[in-house]
Formats: sequence, structure tokens, C-alpha cells
Amino acid sequence: MRLLELAHARSGDKGDTANVGLIALKPEYYPVLVKQVTAARVTRHFKGTINGPVERYELPNLHALNFLLHGALDGGGTISLNPSAIAFIRPTALLRLEVDLAK
Amino acid sequence: MTRSRGRQTVRIAGGQGFWGDWLEAPYRQVTGGPVDYLMMDYLAEVTMSILQKQKSRDSSLGFAKDFVPLMERLLPILVERHIRVTSNAGGVNPRACAQAVAALAHRLGFGGKLRIGVVTGDDLLARLDGLLARGHELRNLDTGRPLSDVRDRVLSANAYLGAWPVVDALRRGADVVVAGRVTDTGLTLAPMIHAFDWRPDAWDLLAAGTVAGHTIECGAQCSGGNCLKDWQTIPDLANVGYPIVEAGPDGTFEITKHPGTGGRIDVAGVTEQLVYEMGNPAEYITPDCIADFTTIRLTQAGKDRVRFSGIKGRPATDTLKVSVAYFYGYKAVGTLVYAWPDAYKKAQAADRVLRQRLAALGLKFEAVLTEFVGADATHGALARASAPLDDLPEVQLRIGVRSPDKAPVERFTREIAPLILNGPPSVTGFAGGRPKPEEIVAYWPALLDKRMVEPCVEIVDA
Repeated sequence: MRLLELAHARSGDKGDTANVGLIALKPEYYPVLVKQVTAARVTRHFKGTINGPVERYELPNLHALNFLLHGALDGGGTISLNPSAIAFIRPTALLRLEVDLAK
Repeated sequence: MTRSRGRQTVRIAGGQGFWGDWLEAPYRQVTGGPVDYLMMDYLAEVTMSILQKQKSRDSSLGFAKDFVPLMERLLPILVERHIRVTSNAGGVNPRACAQAVAALAHRLGFGGKLRIGVVTGDDLLARLDGLLARGHELRNLDTGRPLSDVRDRVLSANAYLGAWPVVDALRRGADVVVAGRVTDTGLTLAPMIHAFDWRPDAWDLLAAGTVAGHTIECGAQCSGGNCLKDWQTIPDLANVGYPIVEAGPDGTFEITKHPGTGGRIDVAGVTEQLVYEMGNPAEYITPDCIADFTTIRLTQAGKDRVRFSGIKGRPATDTLKVSVAYFYGYKAVGTLVYAWPDAYKKAQAADRVLRQRLAALGLKFEAVLTEFVGADATHGALARASAPLDDLPEVQLRIGVRSPDKAPVERFTREIAPLILNGPPSVTGFAGGRPKPEEIVAYWPALLDKRMVEPCVEIVDA
């Protein structure tokens, strides 16, 4: 199934880095996110659209993961030729990732 | 400050999430129910450079002009209900902004009844060469390059001040605080420090106020706006209620909104706002403290009411963030809409034709970005891989170019319209005329030793 069925997300920018906060729709989904939505998988998912590494942080208190996508914004802010789409929407395409609830 | 349910509470209403946010929101915040403070955030990174440009043309400008007519509408209510305002509407000219508000207050008959606090000291533009000469390199936090690389193109430079100068203004009786580059979070934290007399080293309390500030700094983005979870069932967004912090002296607080307003305040929606623009969640760094977002506990305390507790903080760092804006170059974006049949293929063909012509003209660009709106503009390659694109009713070709020089960008803008008659068929969407080259003002984040910045607070009596 798509991650969209297990989580919701919001994204923003800081310089040339985009973030995407991924929030479990139910607390019991959080361990699934921790196990399956790794920085390595997110890097592969966005391959070709970001120039830098992906960092992952855990917020177990909010049942959320935060990903920093470095070099994701074509220079960032006003330099980018389409800042709002790239910073605020594209990272939420993470919700297209395939996950398996049974694993 | 009021007592509610047996404890001291201060109510801070978020009235503006950015300059350009809903004009009705602040009015509704001060009329829809009891509040003690109205918090108004106006400044984004690039805003300062626009304001600096306005000030260089006219020394009485350089602040958020909308703030003055808004105050004209609100002042009678603010005075009657004893609601105080914290804002960074001062931009690069807080004194001029304060004078404009003072003149307005006089005109409305509030002379002698209104004190305006002016917070300055953030503006580093005139001091930049001195700082660089003394070895403060202001290296770019993203690239590591020293500011001297772009010094001759700098348009504005401001240090982010925290809550304390705003607290000082409130302590000196300011009814309306007009600051320059004070952090968004500081504008919410300051009334809490003032109301409860929090100490400068009460890190957990300062962190709590900072989290409260982060939650409401984007206006309705925590009360149902731009909320992905269950977005279709969020009620009455037309009348969306902007957020209100109800804070107690122990650092716990609740986020709510006025009764009868639309939107929704629940744990899921608030969590979306908490992770917005998040870096390392354990280290949310402000001039006032380091807040640890991994310690926040959220509970649904009632309908449209989320309670925050457990927040921990650590001592502030020795540096302040500095936001420098500098001239980068030019860009332009042209668009055309292609219709069924084969809309996507036609748009792709037009892109190929256009690029071939740009190359034949020998035009050099730092970047050329093609997007197919309706197909891949928001999700990029991930969208192309997962959706059928061969039967779309229409696709907008959006092509943007960027260059340090104006000439190639200007020439590019003349290559769009010809495609209507000499490119692929079924094309429309050129009603806006030729695109215009835009100046790119870029953002340069840096750190500066805190001791180099001296905030200044003045009181202007209306």
C-alpha cells in the first residue's frame, strides 16, 4: 500500500534544504514508519530530484519522522525557478512510497 | 491577563502568518472573543530587501505599509478592550512605522492614550564593513562561503532579535510594539515572559513559549488551513478561526480559536504545523533558547483545543542568526496551455522547439526548468512514473530561465509568443502578455557573535 494510507505530511524549506514531516495516522503505524521509511529508501525515492543527502530524525512523542532533503530546492528560495512547488509540495510526494503494513 | 478555570492565563492571538495573509483575520481575532495580545508576523527573509529598497527611495518608508490602515481599523477596539500588539511590522524602518501609527492615533482621538514601543538594533547594513573588517566573516550557513564574496551586491542585512527587547517594550508600557527583525516566535514568547515574569535562564519555560510561537506563527496553518489529514471534512474554511494561545505561568498552554469560527484544531493538524520547516527537532534554535520538540506532549483537551505540556529547553547559543539579502541575477517564466488530444505530447514538443531556438540564438543560462503543469509540476518524475499522461484534457507548459545577466533572460521572454503560430497546435493561455524579467534577490543565512548586536527600545507616546 501507499504510505498515504498510513501517514500524513507537511513540508517546508530552509535555504536549499526541504523538510518533510511524516506523521503516522495512528500511533500503531509509527513503528512501521520507523522500520520501513528509512533515510536510504527516501534517498532512492527522490533519486534524480535532490542533489544532497537525506537526514532522518525521530519524534516518537508526535509519532512523526522528520526528513531533511539537502540540495532539493534548485538553490533555494527566490533562486529556484519554481520555489513553492519544489519546497512545499514535492517533498510530500514521499506519501507515494510503497510500504507493507504486514512486515 | 485573566483568570480562567482557577489559574492565571494570558491569551495571545495570531493575527497574521505572513505579509499578505488574510486581512480579516486580525479584526476577527480582536472582536471574536477575549484576547490579551494580538501577534502579527510580517517578515519573511526576502521581505527585508524589498523594504530596504523602498527606504532607499523614500526615507519615510521601509516598513509593512498595510500595518497602518489595519491599525486604523483596530485601534478603537484595541484601546477599548486593552489588547496589546506585538509585531515586526517595522521592517527596516521601525521608527517611521511607529510615527505613522502615532499620527494615526492622534487623528483618531487617542492622543495620550497609546504608547508605541519601537525595537531596533537588528539592522546591520550600515555596520557590515566594520563587522567584516573586525573578522566577522558571516559565512553562508549552507555553502560555507564568506560574505565578502557577495559584499558589493548586498541589499539588506539583519540580525534576528529574540523576545527580550519586546519584553522590555511591554514592561515600559507599550500598547503596540513595532519591531524590526524580531523572530516570529519571539513575538509570542514576549507576552508570556512579560505576563509571568519568566527569568532569562528559565530554559524550559522559554522553550514552551517558543513552541507556542512556532505553532501560531503561520496563522491558520495550525487551525485547519493547508491541513492534509481529513482535509475534506474540515468545517467552514471560509470562516476559518485563527489560532489563540492560552498560556499559564508553568509553561503549559493550549491552542484554541474563537467559538463559532471555522477550521479545526486537533492533535493531527497541530502536529502538521509543528513539523513545518523543521530541522533537527531536538534543537530548535532561537535567540532566546534551544527548544526540544521531541519533548512536546499533545493532548486533545476539548473541541478545537489542544494542550501542550512537558516541553524542555536548553541554554541559548552565543550567536544570532543573520539574514542577508543580495542581488543574484534575473529570471523569467513563460507559460502556454496545450489542449487535448495529445496535450502532454504537444507541450513536450513545444519545449523541444523552444530549447532548440534558445540554443541556436547562443543564449547562455545558469538554469532552464521545464514543467508540465497538470502532469508533473508538483511531483516531478514521481508523477510521470505513476499516472497515465496520454489522455490529459490539457497541460500547461511552464518554462523558466535564470541568468546572472539580464540580456539572455530578456531575449527568452520574446521566444514564447511566436510558438502560438509557429509551434505545435491547440495552444492557448497567453492572455498575460510577454513575461517580464524579474530581479532575483537571494538569501544568505549566517551567524554572528551575539555581543556584536545591541537591541534598542524606545517608547513613542501618541
